[in-house]
Amino acid sequence: MKRLFPVPHVIGFASSLLLSLIALVVIKFDLTFAMGMTILGVTALVQAGLQLFLFMHVSENEDKKTLFTNIGYALFVGLVTIFGTLFAMMWGYNMG
Amino acid sequence: MKWDEFFVTGEPMIYAAMVSIVLVSIAIPAGLTYFKKWGYLWNNWLTTVDHKKIGIMYIIAALLMLFRGGVDALLMRAQTAIPENGLLDGQHYNEIFTTHGIIMILFMAMPFIIGLMNVVVPLQIGARDVAFPRLNAISFWLFFFGAMLLNISFVIGGSPDAGWSAYFPLASLEFSPTVGNNYYSLALQIAGIGTLMTGINFLVTILKMRAPGMKLMKMPMFTWSILITSVIIIFAFPVLTVALALMMLDRQFGTQFFAMQNGGMDMLWANLFWVWGHPEVYIVILPAFGIYSEIIATFARKNLYGYKSMVYSMIAISLLSFLVWVHHFYTMGHGVMVNSVFSITTMAIAIPTGVKIFNWLFTLRRGKISFTTPMLYALAFIPIFTIGGVTGVMLAMASADYQYHNTMFLVAHFHYVLIPGTVFGVIAGFHYWFPKVFGFKLNERLGKWAFWFITISFNVTFFPLFILGLNGMTRRMYTYSASTGYGPLNMLSMVGAVGLTIGFILLVYNIYWSTRYEPREVTGDPWDARSLEWSTPSPLPEYNFAITPAVDELDAFWFAKKTNKSLFEGEYEPIHMPNNSGLPFIMGIAFFFFGFFMVFSWWIPAVVAGLVILGTMAYRTFEQDHGHYISVEEIERTENALRGENS
Repeated sequence: MKRLFPVPHVIGFASSLLLSLIALVVIKFDLTFAMGMTILGVTALVQAGLQLFLFMHVSENEDKKTLFTNIGYALFVGLVTIFGTLFAMMWGYNMG
Repeated sequence: MKWDEFFVTGEPMIYAAMVSIVLVSIAIPAGLTYFKKWGYLWNNWLTTVDHKKIGIMYIIAALLMLFRGGVDALLMRAQTAIPENGLLDGQHYNEIFTTHGIIMILFMAMPFIIGLMNVVVPLQIGARDVAFPRLNAISFWLFFFGAMLLNISFVIGGSPDAGWSAYFPLASLEFSPTVGNNYYSLALQIAGIGTLMTGINFLVTILKMRAPGMKLMKMPMFTWSILITSVIIIFAFPVLTVALALMMLDRQFGTQFFAMQNGGMDMLWANLFWVWGHPEVYIVILPAFGIYSEIIATFARKNLYGYKSMVYSMIAISLLSFLVWVHHFYTMGHGVMVNSVFSITTMAIAIPTGVKIFNWLFTLRRGKISFTTPMLYALAFIPIFTIGGVTGVMLAMASADYQYHNTMFLVAHFHYVLIPGTVFGVIAGFHYWFPKVFGFKLNERLGKWAFWFITISFNVTFFPLFILGLNGMTRRMYTYSASTGYGPLNMLSMVGAVGLTIGFILLVYNIYWSTRYEPREVTGDPWDARSLEWSTPSPLPEYNFAITPAVDELDAFWFAKKTNKSLFEGEYEPIHMPNNSGLPFIMGIAFFFFGFFMVFSWWIPAVVAGLVILGTMAYRTFEQDHGHYISVEEIERTENALRGENS
């Protein structure tokens, strides 16, 4: 029975649904901006970890190094794009 | 949408184009029927998943688009050759410089590079195909039908006319009310999805399918450059996908992402466009660097100088390419801090690029250089590209850029980078690998004539633009008065453009001439080259390698030749190959119609075409396709026929 019923995956699936529900709190309740962003950030990180490690088996591959390099590169490009855009278009923009 | 706006009217040149389109679309089916080639076309090309054939189709499409974009360029040069010229009106000129840019970058440079990497990379790493052959065919057909969608725009509905960078607010519905920029968002989207899948395909192919013993640091430099290019594609193209989707939503669904009010931000388009656009520059230039590395090492008869520093400088370029995009719009009003940061990152790119230039020079030093056509392009690339690079550093200085921004100086700079960088690179690669694919070389004499025409005319065309730019001529102006004094240099540039045309016609004539008269090549290694692709017979069998090669060093084929060793040890075994499929082609057609209906906001037909796309995906999901085996007897027969007695 144990072999037929993938317990970790079902728990994983349930918790990813739960995480989405928790994220919904932000629009359902009247929270401060900082509080809302914290909830979103934390649930997003946990969600991404769940997907990568449980469902996509990132750490179980023999090419672990390649995969983590790729994820690192993606993080680099993503963060550079977001914060670079904020830097160029908002924080460092000459409004005068 | 009024029906009288459906076809573009009122321009004699457009009418001529319509007539020629109708004639060609009658001639092709008629010719296919007359010569009974429908079955051949379908079985050998439209349904193929063979990386070599897909590569050839990419390159044919790229050459066609080179001429389409080239005619645009000629018209622009003709229009500006004399002051107050009336050859084109302002609107037609806008459409032409826009499509020239889009076509040359996305539908000429990209497919030419992707075509070469399709042909060469699996051969260089000792593989029998790419990791996902079916996906590869889908990539091609999405690119092809994306390109066709953009190309029909100039007779149906009107071409995009807001520049190839389609800046908002100009590209918004308010200021560009024709369907032109809908073509832009949809055609580029379709082709872009294809490119993204190519990136994933080649990343996996190179990481997973190398011959036993070929460690990453023992890969040929071209394969390295494609590995890095694939990584840049995977991380840069999603930004384009998102930006184009937002553009479509803004223009057709009433959203306000790039609007100037309601919390939208028009400049965000420029920002997102260049977050993709700058890495895109390196996507088209790094593979050319790889091609030059192969060619220079082969024809200098030396191993590549500074292999490791070449690899590390490409990795550095790939990271830096994501850190410089703001230098495309220094003048948009950023503070000093922003412009300084992006000036510094931009200038930093000159360092790894300089490392590569010196590595090529040191490879040439004391080499036994043979001046073949591909080598000539590689040699001409170094000084011309350096001019492009140095003017790039000039443009990188934010404060000085206020003078150069959007002048002809900029136009001259990026042509000085992209033409020797990318165009010379792909032409050199085309000459270099042509005998591998077709079994005969391109004629050297004609090739050199074309080379000299192209190189000299290139400088005659674009060098005057530096001076015109410094004199204050801005880009994209469709006419000027005689009192500006821009006339003579523009006329000189026109002369160069005619020379370039002759050069490219010679290049294509050379393909025809060589097909008929050039002696057939039997060794499979006509240049006495270094990497694995030359160990196969030419033309290539479907399965590339009858026996998987075993490699233990860089340039293993070269050393195997020197020591009379064989890379192919073992017995023939049945080879597993993927089956052909018509699905990618059908999917491409569905995407074409989906895009076309979307351009005109015809929702119901668009939904139907969209359902067909989903249907092809669903079919593929449940399809049982296990490929086929090539038997040992068949391999023996093929190998004996190709390699002769001494195999």
